[in-house]
Amino acid sequence: MIRINCPFCGERDHSEFTYSGDATKVRPAHGSTDMEAWLDYVYLRANPKGSHTEFWHHVHGCRQWLVVERDTTTHEVLNVAFAKPLKSGGN
Amino acid sequence: MPAHSFRAASGGAIDRDQIIRFTFDGRQFKGFAGDTLASALLANGVRLYGRSFKYHRPRGIVAAGPEEPNALVTVRSGARREPNVPATMVEIYEGLVAESQNRWPSLSIDVMGINNLMAPIFIAGFYYKTFMWPASFWEPFYEKLIRQAAGMGVAPDQPDPDRYERANAFCDVLVIGGGVAGLNAARKAGEAGERVLLVEQMPWLGASAVEPLPDVEALDNMDNVTVMTRTTAFGQYDGNCFALVERVADHLPVPPEGQPRQRSWVARAKRVVFAAGAHERPLVFCKNDLPGVMLASAARDYANRFAVRPGGRAVIFTNNDSAYEAALDLVKIGVDVAMLVDARIEVPARLAAKAREAGIEIASGSVVTRAKGFKKLRAVNVARLSVDAKSPTAPTRTVACDLLAMSGGWSPVVHLMCHKGGRPHYDSDKLAFLPGDLLGYNQSAVGGCAGDWTDEVEPCKLWKVPQPSGGAGKAFIDFQHDVTTKDVELAHREGYVSVEHLKRYTMLGMATDQGKTANIVGLALMAEARGLDIPAVGTTTFRPPYTPTALGAVAAGEVGRNFQPERFSPIQDWHEERGAIMVEAGLWMRPRYYPKDGEDIHAAYRREAGVVRKGVGIVDVTSLGKIDVQGPDATEFLERVYANNFATLKVGRARYGVMLRDDGIVFDDGTTSRISENHYFMTTTTANAGPVMAFMEKLLQVEWPELRVHLTSVTDQWAGIAVAGPKSRELLAGLGTDIDISNEGLPFMGVAEGTLEGAPVRIFRISFSGELAYEIYTTSDYGHALWEMVWEAGQPFNVVPYGTEAMAALRIEKGHVAGPELDGLTTMEDLGLGRMASRKKHYIGSVLMHRPALLEDDRVKLVGLIPVDRSLNLESGALIREMPFHPNDRPVRDNASFEELTETPEAAGLLGHITSVSHSPELGHYIGLAMVVNGPARQGSRMYACHAVKGENIEVEVVSPHFVDPDGKRLRD
Repeated sequence: MIRINCPFCGERDHSEFTYSGDATKVRPAHGSTDMEAWLDYVYLRANPKGSHTEFWHHVHGCRQWLVVERDTTTHEVLNVAFAKPLKSGGN
Repeated sequence: MPAHSFRAASGGAIDRDQIIRFTFDGRQFKGFAGDTLASALLANGVRLYGRSFKYHRPRGIVAAGPEEPNALVTVRSGARREPNVPATMVEIYEGLVAESQNRWPSLSIDVMGINNLMAPIFIAGFYYKTFMWPASFWEPFYEKLIRQAAGMGVAPDQPDPDRYERANAFCDVLVIGGGVAGLNAARKAGEAGERVLLVEQMPWLGASAVEPLPDVEALDNMDNVTVMTRTTAFGQYDGNCFALVERVADHLPVPPEGQPRQRSWVARAKRVVFAAGAHERPLVFCKNDLPGVMLASAARDYANRFAVRPGGRAVIFTNNDSAYEAALDLVKIGVDVAMLVDARIEVPARLAAKAREAGIEIASGSVVTRAKGFKKLRAVNVARLSVDAKSPTAPTRTVACDLLAMSGGWSPVVHLMCHKGGRPHYDSDKLAFLPGDLLGYNQSAVGGCAGDWTDEVEPCKLWKVPQPSGGAGKAFIDFQHDVTTKDVELAHREGYVSVEHLKRYTMLGMATDQGKTANIVGLALMAEARGLDIPAVGTTTFRPPYTPTALGAVAAGEVGRNFQPERFSPIQDWHEERGAIMVEAGLWMRPRYYPKDGEDIHAAYRREAGVVRKGVGIVDVTSLGKIDVQGPDATEFLERVYANNFATLKVGRARYGVMLRDDGIVFDDGTTSRISENHYFMTTTTANAGPVMAFMEKLLQVEWPELRVHLTSVTDQWAGIAVAGPKSRELLAGLGTDIDISNEGLPFMGVAEGTLEGAPVRIFRISFSGELAYEIYTTSDYGHALWEMVWEAGQPFNVVPYGTEAMAALRIEKGHVAGPELDGLTTMEDLGLGRMASRKKHYIGSVLMHRPALLEDDRVKLVGLIPVDRSLNLESGALIREMPFHPNDRPVRDNASFEELTETPEAAGLLGHITSVSHSPELGHYIGLAMVVNGPARQGSRMYACHAVKGENIEVEVVSPHFVDPDGKRLRD
């Protein structure tokens, strides 16, 4: 059981979260019609050994999207932060 | 034989005031509280415990803990029967019933013992080599034969009557093992104020120590320390999480009132201390499996803890220092220790002096070459080793004894440390695998499992006792699976080099003990045979569970209806009272149909759907996903997530919307309504409520944080009732409401807020059935009451409740797509929704939906199907082909060639498949929706719906998927 230290809820089991892949891929701007950019964003992923920056959603908690740094060889969680830019408006 | 004839008059950690009666193989025995089944039987002079797996050889007790390979018994009876339990792990209780295994007709006369004489044919790989041909004999004949002959205990055939629980534990420090090292580590952590959890698999603390340990009392007095005995840490998982099983009631006849039999824990620790100790290894010599040959540490435990003399006259055989203490303790309890055979030429001076003082003869540089006896040990042969230690030398002395206590060195219990995938490190001085790099972050190991012991004189390598020339007989490595030195040699001769293959070929280490005493010896011999060092050969993989764990404890009650939570609408009670047959939709339980007068499902849904088409029906739609979308940018947000236009949606109106994934495939559909300028009420399918919400949250939090939109899941807050059918407006007119429900006041796709019989409602004039229909949403607490009022108001119109089956029939008649069509492969174009997709705006999936492959004409597309012979039934899942297929002409045969397997579906004549079928109440025959290659262009043509399993070919005609009211007139009336 990976333990993820949610910045809002505290340390929780990974079963409270859903995994959502590489967080370093940059989504093409809304309105971009560059198909190559979209294909890259949707399909292409590196498979690094070691540190991996990835999205986790605290779906059974605060429902915040988090960016987690995890070692893919040991599953050690190295860092956890909100995915949402802190100063933005909205929800 | 007098009871307790092998029990010393005093001593041991047993309660002699509490006499406990139990039976073994039908014979009555007495033991004391604190005894294990093994110690109590040994005290009664029982030496024979079972027959071995392959050769049916008589076997006795080897160990005193969970590593016991031989003395497996079946305990209890009936539904509580538990096979394959080591007698060393069974605590006796009044009335315990235990039986030996793998013998017939009885333990002492076992007819399968003939296997022993036929041993030359029972070699490694015997099963693979013998039972291969003919293949058709395997299931009906060979498997049964092998299972009976090589059986272990028999599993109970009744449901488990006991309860199992799951629990969670959190601690700063988890100490695994309650021996001296573990207790000490726990005490230090406890004194530092840390929250400590110490788990110990045995019922007692201190492992082999018998004198009370000060640490135990100290821990007792610390509030921040929890000690759990009878608890095994059986698996290590990520993040310093451990799976534990607590045997709450296995030492009692039945679990006490309100208690589970076992409790499975997930322990999460900030820091872990492994203190799991070490297992002593057997020595490998001829007939080392005779009852009476046991581990020296086990003999010592029986003497010290249980005051049991495991024999009358003993020989000790060792390659290391530890057996000397065992010898001395055996002398102390009154065992006549005839000789201590030490394979080393140099013996530990201090220990040897003590042994000699106790009257023990020490034979240094010597080995036991053979155990003698039939069903139990009677003597051993002892010989000096040659100078090169490669062979025994004459003369051979025969020493009479009924106990041989052996020590082949120690194997640290690194099992749990390996569960995360690492390999232990071999220490060639200690002749043992040590934790090495296995320890992860915040982990340490202490005591035996860390290899933390010292010998006065280093142990000598003695993986196998050299045989005198011409010496015959089996020398066992793995007692439980009857693997001998010859099996390993044979595997090597046949070309096996990997220890993982050796394991599978010889079955070494594959029994219930997982080779705890055997593995290292096996791989050392493999290394020797290959002329390599042990590290070069490596180890096999350690996986959870460390010891056999009841599946019941792993499931921990999460079975049947408790497997996952169930969600019910607030109207559930009404459905149950009406005898609704329920169906799972995700976690939701929904009425499938309401059988009337013994109707089956077909009759019921046809009746229900028929009434909706002609009169009025009501259906509980509470389970639909509901998301409240608010904020100044809500309209812009919906414009981005839906493929069709939402900017033009007026307040008070609803619109059907289709959502795509980024890859351009259809994700979900539903109806979204504009409640006010910046406030929308979105519905999703029941199945996708969660994923849609999560995806939209990601968009707002991560991708478009500049959009000022707030999402709230309100699925549970609103109960939904759909009222459908030509008489639905008349029905609603019978209810007191402040909403104008006339066709002008609430037109098709209109939305109104108000009250209905006093309940706050939103009424949506939307229709899944294709009839004049309304969906009424009220707050959940009004749900049941409002349903009853609608039901009452419907009585003059003979309203029926209808379930998901009728709902499906109605939507299939209308050609509405649902789960079977939204299968994650279909585009809007495929589903006939292409015209809805906006060409003027950007939205999720708008770029990748235009990938060339998604635009090709010959994609599978939605069509309707009707059987040419209207009396025939269609089946969903049936393949659509241009030609019927013959059983010999299947598109993919069992033995299909690579070319056949890689043929395109078109080449195999395959055009698609049926996704949904129903009997149409309107048309009076079966109809189906199907995904067919370039389907719309094939309307009017005939093809075949082929059901390979049933061998059916039904000729069908391709039609429009809109079977009923294609223009949607009824919706608007």
